[in-house]
Amino acid sequence: MTTARPAARPAGAPAPAGHRRLRTTRGDGAGSGRRPPLVLLVPACVAALFALLPLGYLAVRALERGPGYAWDVVADERTLQLVGRSLGLTAVVVAACLVLGISLAWLTVRTALPGARAWSVLATLPLAVPSYVAAFTWLAAVPQAAGFVGAALALTLVSFPYVHLPVAAALRGIDPAQEEAAHSLGHGHLRTFLRVTLPQLRPAAAGGALLVALYVLSDFGAVSLMRYDTFTRAIHTSYRASFDRTPAAALSVVLVVMTVALVAAEARTRGRAGHARTGGGTARPAAPVPLGRWRLPALAWCATVAAAAVALPLGTLGYWLTVGSSATWDLGALGQAARATFGVAAAGAALTTLLALPVGVIAARHRGRGARLLEQAAYAGHALPGITVALSLVFFAVRYAYPLYQQLPLLVCAYAVLFLPVAVAATRAAVLQAPPVLEDVARSLGRSPLRVLREVTVPLAAPGVAAGAALTFVVCMKELPATLLLRPTGMDTLATRLWTETGTGSFAAAAPYAAALILLAAVPSYLLGRHRS
Amino acid sequence: MNDVHIVQLVKSYDPEAPVLQGLDLAVPGGSLAAVLGPSGCGKTTLLRIVAGFLRADSGTVTVGGRTLAGPGVHLPPERRRVGIVPQEGALFPHLSVARNVAFGLTELDRGERRRRTEEMLDLVGLAGYGDRMPHELSGGQQQRIALARALAPRPALVLLDEPFNALDSALRTGVRADVRAALRATGATALLVTHDQQEALSTADLVAVVREGRFVQCDTPQELYRRPADPWVAGFVGDAVLLRGTVGSGGSTATTPLGTVALASPPNGRRTGTVVLRPEQLRLTDADAAGVVRGTVTDVCFYGHDAKVTVAVRGLDSPVDVRVAGPLSVGPGQETGIRVTGEVTLHP
Repeated sequence: MTTARPAARPAGAPAPAGHRRLRTTRGDGAGSGRRPPLVLLVPACVAALFALLPLGYLAVRALERGPGYAWDVVADERTLQLVGRSLGLTAVVVAACLVLGISLAWLTVRTALPGARAWSVLATLPLAVPSYVAAFTWLAAVPQAAGFVGAALALTLVSFPYVHLPVAAALRGIDPAQEEAAHSLGHGHLRTFLRVTLPQLRPAAAGGALLVALYVLSDFGAVSLMRYDTFTRAIHTSYRASFDRTPAAALSVVLVVMTVALVAAEARTRGRAGHARTGGGTARPAAPVPLGRWRLPALAWCATVAAAAVALPLGTLGYWLTVGSSATWDLGALGQAARATFGVAAAGAALTTLLALPVGVIAARHRGRGARLLEQAAYAGHALPGITVALSLVFFAVRYAYPLYQQLPLLVCAYAVLFLPVAVAATRAAVLQAPPVLEDVARSLGRSPLRVLREVTVPLAAPGVAAGAALTFVVCMKELPATLLLRPTGMDTLATRLWTETGTGSFAAAAPYAAALILLAAVPSYLLGRHRS
Repeated sequence: MNDVHIVQLVKSYDPEAPVLQGLDLAVPGGSLAAVLGPSGCGKTTLLRIVAGFLRADSGTVTVGGRTLAGPGVHLPPERRRVGIVPQEGALFPHLSVARNVAFGLTELDRGERRRRTEEMLDLVGLAGYGDRMPHELSGGQQQRIALARALAPRPALVLLDEPFNALDSALRTGVRADVRAALRATGATALLVTHDQQEALSTADLVAVVREGRFVQCDTPQELYRRPADPWVAGFVGDAVLLRGTVGSGGSTATTPLGTVALASPPNGRRTGTVVLRPEQLRLTDADAAGVVRGTVTDVCFYGHDAKVTVAVRGLDSPVDVRVAGPLSVGPGQETGIRVTGEVTLHP
């Protein structure tokens, strides 16, 4: 997986612009406790089943030739080796991201670092760079980096913002009076940071680390380009190399189990900690810590990270763009790939948003076990690497819908399964912004539940839903592994072209695709940013 | 007419603690009835059941002879012809004022819809505001538009859910009067849910007091204030002075530590009980006047239009409050006389 799927969480609650928020004082607002109407329930169940399809596939496929055979694949020495490699890479990247993310957050939020604002923006920019683009630029600049070092480097530099952002937010929320109390009790800056500040950052850092770990485990693009074998790459190779699909499925099961274990572990650490400001009142903004003689080293550190994460990719890209002559620039192919990317991502975003709508409305408006199950089912895509989802759809298409095999609809379906969580989270947040009392009023004025949905709920939630659709569009556009497996023969997206060209070392030929991808993805991201502010 | 009959309404979320325990209420068509109770007494549950957002466990709701809810019947909200005016108005933020008001007028053609919308805007004193968006209106204006929206489709019944709560007190009186006038003009039956006794007494034709899921008293505001069903109701609808009393030999008076007082109704064979009267029924007199009880002023609270004088009287466990209009002639520590005027009620 090379896309920014974890962004589903920060997709948060974009407030419908210009709408006065109405306070609702009672918990028993519209719909809660009542059964969702069928017009919502049926499509929501369809969406949930759809999202669960890959898990069903894995179970069927892995056990198809008996549990013994699957076990042989899993217990194979090669598999164990892959587990080691994947976990090793994950551990190194997570550790590096923690160091980068926390140090930059502290420097930009709490110290008198010159240009703290600008450094803070620079530290979030890498989020927009797909991992395979980072891998491509590093390979193009330093071909010797291929392998573990290159993979770890590329992944760290694109994913450390997942730690940086929540930690910076947590730092801003800490009451400076606590640190002042520590100073007054005789602790210096370092001891105060280690004993008072750092422990409070743990939940934010752990949440960010989980996102990084999931990103690394499911990443396909960077490890493939760096030719470092991990689970995702082995699954891809196994799928391409043989008609026996059981090994790929069995490996996928191991990958999913690892993912679920990680999520569960993080949830456990969260359950125990109680980190909040005690006592009321608004915290004063903290006085910045003077850096003194550490000013230059601190600046150098920030500059190094920014150079590696932002300047190097852009610089390399620019270099290869200028080096590439018109001979290597195939403008026709570029235009075709851009059009294909745009079309397939738009279709993916449309289907995903449509499927997410009933689930999001039910999740926002109805409580109870059924509603919760529906929502959780829709989130299954979070735990499924793109390659696994692609494999499962190939399986169902070949068996039950052969005409769809290697056709566009199947790819669009894969996007929907993968990115349903992004769209559901956005829809749910948007619907929550629309007060349920408005739906009550509409009912009392003679509207049926379906018409209330169409005339009140959807128009009110529209800005938030649209923001979710834009986000889904961006992540669809950047998706690589599922696109590689499912695209119709002869169709290329920007991501797949980039992957192919880089794989053969034609960096000059790959550069235009990377540039086009970044440009295309930047437009909705920019609109999204404007919408939120 | 659109009489409202609520019979034996029962609702519980938790079987141990039912919210409504067999509630009965009859409201004559065209009148404005207030449902008054402390928070958590079940008044909002009642409103949501009448509107159709909640299902009662048992009991019936009839409006104008039409059964909205009852054994085997549960009309969905959109078919009840029951309008609601929620707290803070809850106007649709994405629709203009005119389209908010016209929201329930789907069955009319365009011309009629426009005419009715203008008529309703005129009724609530906001003619010409149709093109504004809800956020461009003040809180009081939003509330009036919410009423216009509810009244536009000529509902059989309008429910008002603490509609004046969000308004500041200066605005509240004006909006309250406008709402009352608008309701009168359309002849709609209305049910106003509130926890504010002043609002209930000053706005409604009929006040029903709820306590723990039951109506304890349903009367005109005057009757409710003058003859509360029990000391709790007396204290809930206003300030009350509670005294021990013994019924006199004639049965029309009672003897209390503040002297002999006239009973508003026969004591029903009771010999002793709690006598309830209002602070404004007490008068301060000269300490030496004939036939008065003497006491010592302990505290004076001046409000401008009147003052509350607290007087300790021998034989009473706690001091009594006296409302005094006009200039004050006493201060803390001074001796004063107290006399009871008007009739009082006697409770077990």
